[in-house]
Amino acid sequence: MNSVGVVTPQRVTFGAPITLKGGVTLPGFELVYETYGELNAEGSNAVLVCHALSGSHHVAGIYADEPKNVGWWDNLVGPGKPLDTNRFFVVGVNNLGGCYGSTGPMSLNPASGKPYGADFPVVTVEDWVAAQARLADHLGINCWAAVVGGSLGGMQAMEWTLQFPDRIRHALVIASAPKLSAQNIAFNELARQAILSDPDFHGGHYYEHGVVPVNGLRLARMVGHITYLSDDQMGEKFGRELKNDKLSYGYGVDFQIESYLRYQGDRFTTYFDANTYLITTKALDYFDPARDYEGDLQAALARAKANFFVASFSTDWRFAPERSQEIVYALMHNGRDVSYAEIECSAGHDSFLLDDAHYHAVLGAYLDRIET
Amino acid sequence: MTEIFGRFDFDVIARWIVPGERVLDLGCGDGSLLKFLKAEKGIRGYGVDNDPHNVLASIRNGVNVLQFDLEKGLAGVDDDAFDHVIMSLSLQTVRHTVPLVQEMLRVGHEAVVSFPNFGHRSHREAIAKGRMPVSEALPYQWFNSPNVRFFTIADFEALCADNGIVVHEGLFFDEGRAVTEDPNLNADVALYRLGRG
Repeated sequence: MNSVGVVTPQRVTFGAPITLKGGVTLPGFELVYETYGELNAEGSNAVLVCHALSGSHHVAGIYADEPKNVGWWDNLVGPGKPLDTNRFFVVGVNNLGGCYGSTGPMSLNPASGKPYGADFPVVTVEDWVAAQARLADHLGINCWAAVVGGSLGGMQAMEWTLQFPDRIRHALVIASAPKLSAQNIAFNELARQAILSDPDFHGGHYYEHGVVPVNGLRLARMVGHITYLSDDQMGEKFGRELKNDKLSYGYGVDFQIESYLRYQGDRFTTYFDANTYLITTKALDYFDPARDYEGDLQAALARAKANFFVASFSTDWRFAPERSQEIVYALMHNGRDVSYAEIECSAGHDSFLLDDAHYHAVLGAYLDRIET
Repeated sequence: MTEIFGRFDFDVIARWIVPGERVLDLGCGDGSLLKFLKAEKGIRGYGVDNDPHNVLASIRNGVNVLQFDLEKGLAGVDDDAFDHVIMSLSLQTVRHTVPLVQEMLRVGHEAVVSFPNFGHRSHREAIAKGRMPVSEALPYQWFNSPNVRFFTIADFEALCADNGIVVHEGLFFDEGRAVTEDPNLNADVALYRLGRG
């Protein structure tokens, strides 16, 4: 199992305007991306990896000046790994509205000469895929061998099959859902309210005030983290273990789980942008390909031509196996080729990022079948 | 569990399949029956299996496989979605026998079912000697068997009659050779093509 090694992010500027689903037109935009492996002469071995809420274009490998900054799906992508860079040309991209270098709220608004901040339009999964298609054009990729994603990334893979049915041969939709449930939206709203009500948010223009809504973003991440883990795993990992030996009878940290959540929340505020968090949760809430078909997912997926691999995790309660099964049944109705695996894994929603042996074997077996 | 019998079971099933059909294979094991039907008959379809190793093996065999628990039924599958729904040597591993056969005939125009015949002579002899039968058709010890229902050809035909399930055709085999005379005594495996009443 080898790493792709040292990688270098690249940047591309698209001069042509893009009209977003919400109606706003951006005059142009930039995307930051990374590639691993070699694109073959036919351009037929390209695989797009789509990131979820807090991910980025840095899918695999390390940076020369940051040897500890390992890509977020490095256990999957590399030479000899399930998504084998000896066979595939793998592309990771930071989505529009992101905070890792692609055009987003932290970028300069040409109209004002200041960062967009809250003026950056809400983008959708459909908009991300439209922007990714421009990147595909730029890279000379007419048709992806596969688009792969977990969670929100899986929604992008699904959207590719609907928006560009002739430009994707396989969609790998992992730990995902055809739309958010009321409970999913409720958790997102909780996260947004935490950010929006932080006095340092300044209506989304906190960059100008030289502050970050740290408390709100921290709380948003803490809420998110609870939904990514399973009750079982939290119990196994932390139980009721105390941080110090005795109870404080105060509001400091008593339990290890509190310490863990605070740590995760604090760390998140050092690298993630609150406006991007808001946008991304809205993109999640809005995704619902069946909406234009009176809620009929079967009808919505009728135009897909890709083959599908769908996977869920037994302890994922954020996007439970039943949500993946909805996708599978709708694809069966349309006679599409689809395989579905329900992976036994204790780690909840976050399981899709782990290197569980059976999960990687199944995923690798499917990827091995894909012709290049 | 199709590997126990190899291809003879497949050949019989293939005779009942029209080229290009839509097929659902319940308890598909490593997917080799679907792979065979894809190659021989150009079928389109899916295997269903709840064992993770079988799911992996089926993916490696290049067939569509869905990891569903058959005991929970096929509620998400449309009526008449398939021409044939097959259950090859797996019916005896399912607890809810009647609801499952009814589900097969809801989602499929016809059902194809094969199962080991508990009434076979060798099994009767084993019972007569006081031991549970272990044979090529029933290759497990009583304590490690995946089978949860033990029934004979006569039992199965009675079940069909009681539940309005039409038997279009039944074929019986003993160690792969066709049996015509008293199949309940002489056949170790039965294959049926079933329809709605």
